[in-house]
Amino acid sequence: MIAILDYRAGNLTSVERALRFLGYPCEITDSAERIRAADRIIFPGVGAAGKSMQDLKQLGLDSVLLDRLEAGVPILGICVGLQVLFDFSEENDTQCLGILRGKVPIFPKELCDENGDRLKIPHMGWNEVLFTREHPVFAHVRPGDEFYFVHSYYPEPADPDCIVGRTRYGIVFSSAVAAGNLVAVQFHPEKSGPPGLQILQNFCQWNGH
Amino acid sequence: MLSKRIIPCLDVREGRTTKGIQFKDNIDIGDPVEMGRYYYEEGADEIVFYDITASSDRRPIMLDVVTRVAETIFIPFSVGGGIRTLEDMRDVLLAGAEKVSVNSAAILNPEIIRQGAEAFGSQCIVLGMDVRQVPSSTKFPSGYEMVIHGGRTPMGIDALWWAREAERLGAGEICLNSIDADGTQDGYELNLTRLVSTHVSIPVIASGGAGKPEHLFNVLSEGRADAALIASMVHYGTYSIREIKQFLQERGVKVRRTW
Repeated sequence: MIAILDYRAGNLTSVERALRFLGYPCEITDSAERIRAADRIIFPGVGAAGKSMQDLKQLGLDSVLLDRLEAGVPILGICVGLQVLFDFSEENDTQCLGILRGKVPIFPKELCDENGDRLKIPHMGWNEVLFTREHPVFAHVRPGDEFYFVHSYYPEPADPDCIVGRTRYGIVFSSAVAAGNLVAVQFHPEKSGPPGLQILQNFCQWNGH
Repeated sequence: MLSKRIIPCLDVREGRTTKGIQFKDNIDIGDPVEMGRYYYEEGADEIVFYDITASSDRRPIMLDVVTRVAETIFIPFSVGGGIRTLEDMRDVLLAGAEKVSVNSAAILNPEIIRQGAEAFGSQCIVLGMDVRQVPSSTKFPSGYEMVIHGGRTPMGIDALWWAREAERLGAGEICLNSIDADGTQDGYELNLTRLVSTHVSIPVIASGGAGKPEHLFNVLSEGRADAALIASMVHYGTYSIREIKQFLQERGVKVRRTW
């Protein structure tokens, strides 16, 4: 069973529906017991980092997550679920989980594309991910495949070794990271059509190595 | 680099799509779920379902449609039409829509934008704007006025002012419909689109007037739109989404390739 971490974050049902469509049993849950029973965990997120961290702590899910990470259970973070893995987010000046070194700054105000046209914030829509190293969770993704993003803050890992994919939006930022049994993406695979479903399927079959 | 989005819009009345739509494939053209799935597979970047059901007691039918759509398409989709309260928004989002679109209700009660953004996040809240051209004046410095009820009721509000006000209140995106261009298939209102898009920092979806792929090219380049809404030109089988995207790509517009 795959546990979808329920910490009152936005639209969890879209992740659940995508997994069901792919045929993987899953459960949206905030129960430590159920999460410990899961063979893998999805840590989704829509919303603000401050509120997310607050809810995680209140529900005691921060320690459950750390515990499962130690136990080697495959974990997938999505969007804010990626951002709070780092040390610090500029969103609401939030101290985050500190599982990955680095911070999550806001996109610069005067963001421009190659033609000098002003880019809008949030970064909302479909964009490419350039995968810079092979990883089982990103297998069978074709170069040029695009994914659906909605965010105003972006991860800035201190450790370049955890970067798996990068995306350009005025600046180049890390849109996919991985370390051990943990993998996380800034985009929404559950809303990214066939290549997004491919990533979810890969994750559901991944042993964490 | 971000792709420009191509967004088909389906009108739904009491759970059925309303336009007679020509498809070669064996699908139920009246079923919004099958239609949504068709456009998803065709490469739509997002889909808009617009509920034109007159009576509010029919809303559960639309929610059922939303639930079924969400089970089969894995791209963002939004639902508009008749959304008046926070409760309406919650119902639609919980049923599986990514975004809700508010139009008349937001003009009559702007607080709904702020409340919606606070409860569900700005990225969920799309402001639908119906706009008509008027002579520039101190009342309408932009030369565009807000209208509601499909253009029948002018609101005496400057369109650009309202777009910026809605952004301030927390709208995450604007779907900008020109009443003058709507239904003409003669092209989008480029001046209006450019004006609004360059004066807000949230994405603008151009709507009204699409008849040919070059209309999309114009509004996505000169008009500076982030996305383009299409209806008849694909519903009647005149063009496919794939053809439109190929056309745009050949002219240097970045679109999501799905072929």
